[in-house]
Amino acid sequence: MTRTLVIQPVSRIEGHAKVTIQLDDSGNVQDTRVNVIELRGFEKFCIGRPVEEMPRITTRICGVCPWSHHLASGKAVDAVFGVEPPPAGRKLRELCNSIAYMEEHILHFYFLAGADFVMGPDADPSVRNVIGIVGKVPDVAKRVVRVRHMCAKMLEIIAGKSIHPDAVVPGGFSKPLLSSERDTVRKMADEAIDLAKFSIAFAKENIFPQYLDVVKSLGVIETGFLGTVKENGALNLYDGKLRLMSKNGSFVDFPYEKYTDYISEHIEPWSYLKFPYDKRAGKFSMDLDNSNGIYRANTLARINVCDFIDTPLAQAELEEFRKNFGRPAQLTLLYHWARLIELLYNAENVIRLLNDPEIVSTETRKKVVPRAARGVGCVEAPRGTLIHDYTTDENGILTNVNLIVGTTHNNAPINMSVKQAAKQVIKNGQYDQGILNRVEMAIRAYDPCFSCATHKFDGTIPVRIDIYNSDGRLVGTLAN
Amino acid sequence: MAARLAEEWFAICGGCEVTILDVGEALLDILPKLEIVHMPVIMDHKIYGQTGERTTMEIPEADVGIITGGIRNEEHKQLAQEMRKKCKTLVAMGSCACYGGVPALANLSTVEELYEKVYRGSVSTDSDGIPNQQIPALTDRVYAIHEVVPVDVKLPGCPTTPELFVQAVTALLEGKPFTLSGKSVCDECPFIREKKAVSTLKRPLEAIDFKAGEPMNTVRCVMEQGYLCLGPATKAGCGGSDGTPRCIRAYMPCRGCFGPLSDSANPMVDMMGALASVGLDAKQIPDRAATFNRFAGAQGRLRPTPTKGGKAS
Repeated sequence: MTRTLVIQPVSRIEGHAKVTIQLDDSGNVQDTRVNVIELRGFEKFCIGRPVEEMPRITTRICGVCPWSHHLASGKAVDAVFGVEPPPAGRKLRELCNSIAYMEEHILHFYFLAGADFVMGPDADPSVRNVIGIVGKVPDVAKRVVRVRHMCAKMLEIIAGKSIHPDAVVPGGFSKPLLSSERDTVRKMADEAIDLAKFSIAFAKENIFPQYLDVVKSLGVIETGFLGTVKENGALNLYDGKLRLMSKNGSFVDFPYEKYTDYISEHIEPWSYLKFPYDKRAGKFSMDLDNSNGIYRANTLARINVCDFIDTPLAQAELEEFRKNFGRPAQLTLLYHWARLIELLYNAENVIRLLNDPEIVSTETRKKVVPRAARGVGCVEAPRGTLIHDYTTDENGILTNVNLIVGTTHNNAPINMSVKQAAKQVIKNGQYDQGILNRVEMAIRAYDPCFSCATHKFDGTIPVRIDIYNSDGRLVGTLAN
Repeated sequence: MAARLAEEWFAICGGCEVTILDVGEALLDILPKLEIVHMPVIMDHKIYGQTGERTTMEIPEADVGIITGGIRNEEHKQLAQEMRKKCKTLVAMGSCACYGGVPALANLSTVEELYEKVYRGSVSTDSDGIPNQQIPALTDRVYAIHEVVPVDVKLPGCPTTPELFVQAVTALLEGKPFTLSGKSVCDECPFIREKKAVSTLKRPLEAIDFKAGEPMNTVRCVMEQGYLCLGPATKAGCGGSDGTPRCIRAYMPCRGCFGPLSDSANPMVDMMGALASVGLDAKQIPDRAATFNRFAGAQGRLRPTPTKGGKAS
């Protein structure tokens, strides 16, 4: 008998989604879908607002990466007003970006995805979570809780507020950093880099070798990649040019405002989330054997598109990673490894910026004047390239808003990885909670934030997995 | 015995969940007092059963239920009802759950206008129609939780604070009452007020007047400097144990994220009065309705505006 399995909600991700798995008569996977079941409509309800308020409104797209939206929005607003922040304003923004990255990469690796590896994919769901980790490795857990919280404290010292901040303003940063505050934060940064070094060493010794077979098989697909690099090809998470790489490793670079020449968004009737693809490919296809136009964003993409990393510890890790997996590396679970390389890069970058005397300059902001203009601002959010595109009238009131967020770029790849994983682990109608958790692991690798991605309407992407029979009748569901 | 806790999130950003983590190491002391039975962000309990075997959704029985986010689709409504049924005490956490929050700015438009913009009017999107398969329909507008099911405790804020979360959970565990401050953000603001504006109203396109490193209590009130600040019409408490309002720490005016002074308060009326009392003309503020109700658009405070010239803006 054919049937449909639904996993709802997909858990230990940010926001909502479900997975629908359709089994054929012999109980093998015929089709799968990751349904994103929410929408908040920021692109609509921001129209009519004064553009200078946008960095304070769009933070609410995501409370996990509010800094990414805050910064992309600040850069788009700068572009609308035609202003470049003073050097200290720019550096304070990049500093906050790197601290926020540390907080989020720690959160994802240890609190969300880590349980699948530390407790095991088949562990009882009641302990396959951060509370289970606290019980199993209490010293590591305590240190992780402390340092993640410390990163939030660093942001509070620098910007007043860590979640939904407001210090990024048109033309710069609202609050200069005092020397005394810099000294406090600098000491905290030492503890953060220690945890970053520990994390990648711990994972390379205890996690990746043990799960190498899973890494080599689960959710594996071949795609292109999108990320940001500096003019010299170095990894950068705050500013630079966009680089779109093809499966074969060739790439094209372009400035932010040209994104519509390279990226289109496809719509499917079963998800509120759109499916961006490489426009140059001509058509969109998620067919596992013959995909077309699909590219990925987030950690693995950035590690693939950059020519090098301009901090020494992270560069050494990149070289080792490339020696093992090549460029571009395609294995989906390598997102976790790439995430730990980025954690180290950000810890090094925070120290580099805090050691720069200019960071305590009191000139952090320029005055701006409203005008009719279009401005595109991008940053690399932890979950992928984030694009804010605003148009204003002569009074600086928004007349159009377009947003493409990190997770949205990965919508098609997540769907493909889920299908690949489901086909691999569900055979002859045999499945249990551990097997279905492996399907979710293919999603977790992408660290999706369906809150971000569902900014469109109500901004939350609940994930749910539905399983349908071959007549299209719903036979089961899993969701977050 | 540990208290059973269930948590659900609806039209959310996840910031309130991160706020729970921001309790920091003290969280490790609270956790043993709780048995978390449902919380999608950190654990794998599935509402249709672990292998999707159920046909109806189920939340386990719990002593305390927490909901973040407002209600934006039919599934949120059902889940809110299931949470109310299974939880002895129901907490609405964050301004989205309490007042609609920023997503309730969507209440300025109809659902049709939202779909039109997102799926048909975007510069980067192929126009292929509106998704409608295997996904729950959106509600006609964003609702605060208490508009759909009775709520016992409200923890406002965007996001709420770690301190409020700990106070509320501790009170609930000990069976003690929990009440919110009746003060306004201005009552906790260190800036100097002289009840008279020194400038006409200005948009926040430049820095307020302060010197780096000068004590906060020598800086002039942001609104008296001529910049709109929602402090007078906003509930106190955002500053947590530090006390100083969070946005003021960044030398930025308040935008009302802790919600109106009371459930029945109208921020529009309160702000008109506050502006007039220092000699400022509210009519000079662009986009008043959405600005004064940025976090409080549910409960009918924001409604669709008639479109001009027959064309949605």
